Amino acid sequence: MPERRKVLIIGSGPAGLTAAIYAARAQLEPLIIEGEPSSNSDQPGGQLMLTTEVENYPGFVDGVMGPELMGIMRAQAIRFGAELRTAKVSKLDLAGGSPFGAWVGDPDAAEPTIAADALIVATGARSLMLGVPNEDRLLGYGVSTCATCDGFFFREHHIAVAGGGDSALEEAMFLTRFATKVTVIHRRDALRASKIMQDRALANPKIEFAWNTQVTDILGDTKVAGLKVRDTVTGAESELDVTGLFVAIGHEPNSTLLKGQLELLDNGYVRTIEGTTRTSVDGVFACGDVQDDYYRQAITSAGSGCMAAIDAERWLEARGE
Amino acid sequence: MSEKIVSLSDATFDEHVKASDVPVLVDFWAEWCGPCKMISPVLEEIAEEQAGKIEIVKLNIDDNLDVTRRFEVMSIPTLILFKDGEPQVRLIGAKPKGALLEEISAYL
Repeated sequence: MPERRKVLIIGSGPAGLTAAIYAARAQLEPLIIEGEPSSNSDQPGGQLMLTTEVENYPGFVDGVMGPELMGIMRAQAIRFGAELRTAKVSKLDLAGGSPFGAWVGDPDAAEPTIAADALIVATGARSLMLGVPNEDRLLGYGVSTCATCDGFFFREHHIAVAGGGDSALEEAMFLTRFATKVTVIHRRDALRASKIMQDRALANPKIEFAWNTQVTDILGDTKVAGLKVRDTVTGAESELDVTGLFVAIGHEPNSTLLKGQLELLDNGYVRTIEGTTRTSVDGVFACGDVQDDYYRQAITSAGSGCMAAIDAERWLEARGE
Repeated sequence: MSEKIVSLSDATFDEHVKASDVPVLVDFWAEWCGPCKMISPVLEEIAEEQAGKIEIVKLNIDDNLDVTRRFEVMSIPTLILFKDGEPQVRLIGAKPKGALLEEISAYL
């Protein structure tokens, strides 16, 4: 028999854990399937587990370390009785309406592991890779998606960061602690990053910009020995002499689990009804980055996690449960 | 931390890894690495459950650059499984328990 729960939350970033805190305080005894360890951002605690200092989360005058902030949120959820499991949901069945089936482990098992009256999806987003030759082979040998994990190994090296948003500039700035030079490779001639981050990066003497440039291949037998790059305007090809490449070109939603189960936008994000966390399936709510390709902040994720818990609570109440 | 997991250093690494009767899984880690913290409890569980079949040890890369450089660790967490003092398998990045066990199962 599937384990019956009033509220099941999938994901444990700021959205999932805030939903957990609210649902637990509302006596809904939520179960959180928090994910499994990995070194990309699809993991317990979410994307903040791979960051260092978070300066813009309200309540922390001097900033807070990303992993520490997630540890605090987790402890807060547990304090109110939320139950967390370090596992991944392998399959969902939303077709028959509430209760919704969720499989943990073998997706071919006849019965779901959990049957939930209300479901909160907070699976977040993960880093995109470049998709160029040799990227997979050299991941961990000079190619990295985690500057905070791997920057240390590039003391006195020249390294490259691919990307032009806030995360790319944050990584570049962090890496200047170790590297002699950091080249930010961006395929356009202007950055997407916020003004404050741009000003800081442009003023940093160790950071150079390769504008209108795209990485086409990664060179090296046993570790990164250089990059092949192309000028996106002239098409001219050249090589960049670096020993490391940090990839920060953006994110994609962790919504594979939801395909064919509820309505997704063309870009893979979950469609929610504006001003709410309701999805196309009655009783299923979505919060955080899996439904937000615009704000994508820890605080907006937490805010929408709170909304999802309240939406779920009122939905359960309205059905008389 | 589990009593079964000892911390090695540049000074003690070679002797300890060679002297072990069972395969030794070395966890290259650092205080500032989020994914390293995530796999810590997983490694503690494996150390308890597989006691006698495998030994798990930690090596702090900040304090022990010689061993870290010798094995060309460039990303953490990195786990290297040694048998008779020789590296057999290298796992880069945090992984779930099931995936970790599967990778090292041939040596248990």
